[in-house]
Amino acid sequence: MRGSVLTAGLLLLGLTAACAQGTGDEETPDASFDSEAQLTGTLDAMGFGETDEVATARLEEAKKALGDVEVKLIEGELDVQQFLSSVAAGDPPAILYAERDQVGTFASRGAIVPLDECIDGEGIDTDVFDDAALEQVTFEDEVYGIPEFSVVQLTMANRDLLDQAGLAIEDVNGSSWESITEANEELARQDGKKVSVIGYDSKLPEFLPLWAKANGADLISEDGRTAQLDDPAVVEALEWAVDIYDAQGGFGSVKAFRDQADFFGDGNQFATGTLGAMPMEQWYVNVLNEVSPDAPLAFDTVRDRSGETIAWTSGSAWAIPKGSPNPEAACRFAKVMTQTSSWEAAADARLAERKGGESIFTGILTGNDEADEAVRAKVEPSGDEVWDSAVEAMYEASENTFALPANPAGAEFEAAWQDAVNRVLNGQEEPEQALQKAQEEAQKVLDEAWARWDE
Amino acid sequence: MSEARGRLRNGDTRAAFLFLSPWLVGFLLWTAYPVVYTAYLSLTDYDVINDPTFVGTENYREMLTDDKVTLALGNTAIYAVLSVPFQLGVSLALALLLQRAGRARGLFRTAFFLPKMTPPVAIGVLVLLLLNGQSGLLNESLSWVGIDGPNWTTDPPWVKPGLALMSLWTIGAEIIILLAALENVPRELWEAARVDGASWWGRFRHVTLPMISGPLYFLALVDTIAAFQSFTEAYTAYFGAGNSTYGNDAALFYVIYVFQQAFEFLHMGYAAALAMLLFLVVLVVTAGQSALTRRYVFYYGDQR
Repeated sequence: MRGSVLTAGLLLLGLTAACAQGTGDEETPDASFDSEAQLTGTLDAMGFGETDEVATARLEEAKKALGDVEVKLIEGELDVQQFLSSVAAGDPPAILYAERDQVGTFASRGAIVPLDECIDGEGIDTDVFDDAALEQVTFEDEVYGIPEFSVVQLTMANRDLLDQAGLAIEDVNGSSWESITEANEELARQDGKKVSVIGYDSKLPEFLPLWAKANGADLISEDGRTAQLDDPAVVEALEWAVDIYDAQGGFGSVKAFRDQADFFGDGNQFATGTLGAMPMEQWYVNVLNEVSPDAPLAFDTVRDRSGETIAWTSGSAWAIPKGSPNPEAACRFAKVMTQTSSWEAAADARLAERKGGESIFTGILTGNDEADEAVRAKVEPSGDEVWDSAVEAMYEASENTFALPANPAGAEFEAAWQDAVNRVLNGQEEPEQALQKAQEEAQKVLDEAWARWDE
Repeated sequence: MSEARGRLRNGDTRAAFLFLSPWLVGFLLWTAYPVVYTAYLSLTDYDVINDPTFVGTENYREMLTDDKVTLALGNTAIYAVLSVPFQLGVSLALALLLQRAGRARGLFRTAFFLPKMTPPVAIGVLVLLLLNGQSGLLNESLSWVGIDGPNWTTDPPWVKPGLALMSLWTIGAEIIILLAALENVPRELWEAARVDGASWWGRFRHVTLPMISGPLYFLALVDTIAAFQSFTEAYTAYFGAGNSTYGNDAALFYVIYVFQQAFEFLHMGYAAALAMLLFLVVLVVTAGQSALTRRYVFYYGDQR
């Protein structure tokens, strides 16, 4: 296996390179987008799976709108290598479903095309999309993706543990870092050298952008060209978030303890009373509601240091690859999958599914503000104050989002700051030193990537 | 007469190539071509989408200033030094035990080989479970003898020893090979040594080891190459499914870095240059091992 990985990698490298030559300059065929046009042919969609009723309901809407077009799904998580190879070989899928933070990289390499003509021709109303979501798929003032879904963070806490320590959800929602530090000490428990209750989990390394924003800093400039990792506010955020772990015996102990938790089962950290509080993405509300509906929970948004709600959003997007064999159908597919009426159909499907079971319908964050409102109107109060507060917090968070802007070195930039946080967590470097080094690495990859784009 | 012999030889050569052709085609297509093409790509700037642009030795020059190349090579070398002797030692010890297992040998042989069937990705996940600093089986076992084990999966100095320990999971094949080699040691040599008053250790040191030195050398060679190409287990545990955002520099093996550059950052040209360096390193290490062990390895068929 080990040997074959390298051999396979080399082989793939060779073959894709061979395929790339001679096809790399192939132009996208001229497409004419018209919302009234009758479409035909096949539509291969890469990276999207019909995994639940929300996907199925919208897919049905899209198939209806596409008429004679046969829709084929290339299911499974997007394999970047497979996608890029297919573009290089001149045989790309008609449409691509990717993470929004991949769009800048694909756009900068010419793997996907700008959607301005598609948007105009099909009459896609981009004003309805969440600003932060649209910003993530806009590269050099051109829209390269039609966004869908939004992930936001909420504060989730164990109400019983808070009560026992004389604390409230406000003490751990981020509005006061000093309060979280104190609450962490109150809530954390150790059995000898072993962690038995995590007081507060600051969720490093992934949530550094959230803590930096809460402290008034962005990791990257608005135009996506300048790294700001060594900003004193980022350093301060990292120092504070790491101190949270240090106060509990160090990140290693906390991580080892959290790794053993039954995260998706009824033995999760909240149900077993082994976690005081943490910021977490909203989808986990559904998990908790399904597997441990009676767990003593409390929810709020995550707040910045002045008490305002913030959420770092991410999500998916539809994009049209260079050389797409059916760009017209791809454009209409993207339009229908993300339009308000399709989301309403999806919400109805989920509502029906939830009513059949014992779980509540907590809404869907669609990346489309108009659809969010329409779906929210379908959310009925469950009668349980806790779960209703979770839904309330989720929608409040979705109205207060920020995103890291699209840039051509998304993966390298992310690796730079995550590696820095990891070096600190592993005790190899101090926050300031690590972020200084990450700043140099990140700026170098950004400069190189932008230089290629600007050429 | 000589003309007829020449025709015969030509015919033989053609037949030989005909019989060899499946392998030859496979070798040329699946090994030689990718290696040669990788060497070419290492001299280019290539991102999969756009045609490769020739950049001369720029990728190699960049490698000289890339701290992660040194880090990844160092990590890989340390892992090889830790894991290869460890695997060989434990395999040999278990093979020696198996040899004395009598009728139960078949059962144990199967039992020792079974873990080898575990997919490497599952082993990566097992690393996180068995070596968990709080509740992992290893630390639980150590606590029985009063040892407070480290956080194997996060403490940088313990990450590579932990992975070397986990490499024992797949030594089934080594055990089987060494058991076969032990079975081939002529009984009469043991008997002669015993009659001469040699102890167990003396017999092992002066009879068994030289007689199984060929298979031992083979295993040392392939295990070393495998260690330099180690990827899946460490990637799964520290960079992939097990930890999508958390990572540990101490587990950044060389092939993981090649993979990141190639498939995550799309720096295919640079990754090709990195791959060429690995090719050279493995070549040099293997040649070194070969030169070093030639005088210690005994071959039955050796007429010297």
